[in-house]
Amino acid sequence: MNLSYSAEYEQFRAEVRRFLAEHWTGEDAAATISDPTTVAALGGAVRTDARATAFRLKAIERGYLYRHVPRRYGGSEQPPDPLKATIIGEEFRNAKAPGEVVGQGASMLVPTLLEHGTEAQKERFIHGTLLGKIRWCQGYSEPGAGSDLASLKTRAVLDGDHWVVNGQKIWTSNAKDAEWMFALVRTEPDQPRHDGISYLLIEMTTPGLDVRPLRQMTGDADFNEVFFDNARVPVENLVGRRGQGWVVSRSTLKHERALIGGSHLTRRAFDGLVMLAQALDVRGQPAIKDPVIRDRLVELEARLLANEYQGYRLLTMSARGEEPGLAGMVMKLSSTSLGYDIAKLAMDVMGDRGLLAPGEASAPAMGMFGTAYMWSLGVLIAGGAANIQRNIIAERGLGLPRDARK
Amino acid sequence: MDFGLSEEQVLLKDTIRRYLETECPPTRVRAIMENPSGHDPDLWHGLAQLGVPGLRIPVEHGGSGLELLDAALAAEELGSACTPGPFLACALASEALIAAGNREAAARWLPAIAQGTSIVTLALGEDGDQWDAAQLATRVRGGALIGRKPLVAYGEIADAILVAAQDDDGPGLWLVERGAPGLAVTTQRTTDMTRRVAAVTLEGAPGARIATGRAAIDRARDAGLVLLAADAYGGARRCLEMTVRYVLTREQFGQPIGGFQGVKHQLADLATELDPALSLWWYAAHAHDRIRDRSARHAAIAKAHLTDLFDRVARVTTELHGGIGFTWEYDLHLWFRRSVFDRSFLGEAGYHRARAAELAGW
Repeated sequence: MNLSYSAEYEQFRAEVRRFLAEHWTGEDAAATISDPTTVAALGGAVRTDARATAFRLKAIERGYLYRHVPRRYGGSEQPPDPLKATIIGEEFRNAKAPGEVVGQGASMLVPTLLEHGTEAQKERFIHGTLLGKIRWCQGYSEPGAGSDLASLKTRAVLDGDHWVVNGQKIWTSNAKDAEWMFALVRTEPDQPRHDGISYLLIEMTTPGLDVRPLRQMTGDADFNEVFFDNARVPVENLVGRRGQGWVVSRSTLKHERALIGGSHLTRRAFDGLVMLAQALDVRGQPAIKDPVIRDRLVELEARLLANEYQGYRLLTMSARGEEPGLAGMVMKLSSTSLGYDIAKLAMDVMGDRGLLAPGEASAPAMGMFGTAYMWSLGVLIAGGAANIQRNIIAERGLGLPRDARK
Repeated sequence: MDFGLSEEQVLLKDTIRRYLETECPPTRVRAIMENPSGHDPDLWHGLAQLGVPGLRIPVEHGGSGLELLDAALAAEELGSACTPGPFLACALASEALIAAGNREAAARWLPAIAQGTSIVTLALGEDGDQWDAAQLATRVRGGALIGRKPLVAYGEIADAILVAAQDDDGPGLWLVERGAPGLAVTTQRTTDMTRRVAAVTLEGAPGARIATGRAAIDRARDAGLVLLAADAYGGARRCLEMTVRYVLTREQFGQPIGGFQGVKHQLADLATELDPALSLWWYAAHAHDRIRDRSARHAAIAKAHLTDLFDRVARVTTELHGGIGFTWEYDLHLWFRRSVFDRSFLGEAGYHRARAAELAGW
């Protein structure tokens, strides 16, 4: 066990720092978004303006971003090295520099196209997606197909050289901003469940496609419903073969993943909670002096530290070429339930002031923690609800029998 | 950057595990816990031949001179097998002897601990759940100790007891040998029958000072906290493994009960809490030797978290067994009982969380 980096990696870190100091300076570094929640934690990663794009191109040229993507599609095509990926992630975050574009296009569509796309699809979509020029939304969930995604009903029927799509998607983040959607649709109505599904790329300006905002419990509308009424999609936008969409959609990044820092959003939330408890008085003394609050804070910190060090462990396993197994499966449930409990303690720390609505001037931290409290529920549900995670852990991690499914 | 075990560490763990599988199955655990001392010299001798009591002891004193992580890996396996005996008692004492830096005492006792020929323990805690070296009521005047230590691990079979006490200069450590005049050691029954504690009364017992100040006491206590965390992880892991095996074979309503979501989700939740917790005590053990400015706080956090978790895992897994889990005959209660010791000894979870808050400057 050795938590320092070898000379080779320290030298690499120094190179990355020099690059950042030279190319992401002054007003760029200072002009970060001041929203104290997710956006700030992501730093420059969310920027896709001309300055950010110019910087990203240089970073790709140097081999720092999109290391698993071939050069001919706009990546930097580097040999897999989780330690380097981790160092790059840390240094870019510290410098608040634009890293790989955050979103489902770069994280989900690009790996899918690399594995299953045609040459024409790769050339047409990957480069623009990596620079944030083509933005994507994901068309998977439907009103009747949530956890049981394979029961989806949106159908596509072949008509000449077009697929004609009818149906409805729901919980579609970014549908308002996205230029394109990657969607799962039923093309083989005679085939059972998974076998009847295809993976289709749909332009959001297609006639017959209608996006309607969906207002969630926080009062904002961060999701949408997307309706298809005879929307015609060119046949060349099918990815993989007909009826293979389920397998196509399972593509993941196989090359490398920066595993440290996966919990940096939770770390920020926890540090924010400690500052809140230090700043707020409860019955004549700072909340952090209350023995119950202190006890709960350390309990949460133990779970946070465990997750952070688990990141070191996963990184080491990855660098050694070992399979993470159970250790990799529990992280989503572990970190989302921790995020939920951090938000809950923040509400308790605020005491009666917690009832003030987000944005109210006299609410502590502008009610940011009240919003986080509601959002922590959304995170628990999104991307595979907690009970589905529990099934995966029990079945694949512990070897218990699969649920009875029709 | 490598947060994993070395080949030697994996080998060490495997060697101890295999030894305990053959030499310390639950039948032998039960035999040892039924004997009056809770100690089996043959088993201890066997562990000593593997080097277990000497892992931390410097090479010059007959040990392996390894780090706390290595000793904690041994503690994990001992916890997993629910191994009875004075491992923790000797670990606390040797840690204190190493930190005290008293050459004469180290040369006299460390080789004997490493060889398994002497049992030495540490008497720290006092009445009123007091584990803080600066608050001790046991006094030393003219080389004679006066006080009471209600929970001394394996005090009854110890050849020597390191007593944490105070004189006019503040806290320190004094060594009292077995049979000293004024030393009374009383056997007590414990919920965890695999680790015994004696009540020790000192009424003018002569003691040789081996350390001045609280540093050696704190260092030993912190090492003990990490070893208890590792023991708790090993025990909890074993409870989970036993229960997964059980729910795959126990049938009700015509199917293995492990197929019911209520059962699956309870076990998944335990695994989700337990798996990352391994990294927490690994880090705490590593910090003890390598990141000294973080070691005390991490030891406190790890002890509180892992022993809480062991308690939770032991309770839920017993519940999942149904009636059989509540019988004396079924082995699960051995670990349930062991969790009680891990949680209570050296101060319970809430106390160490309060210390961690204090150490953070909150």
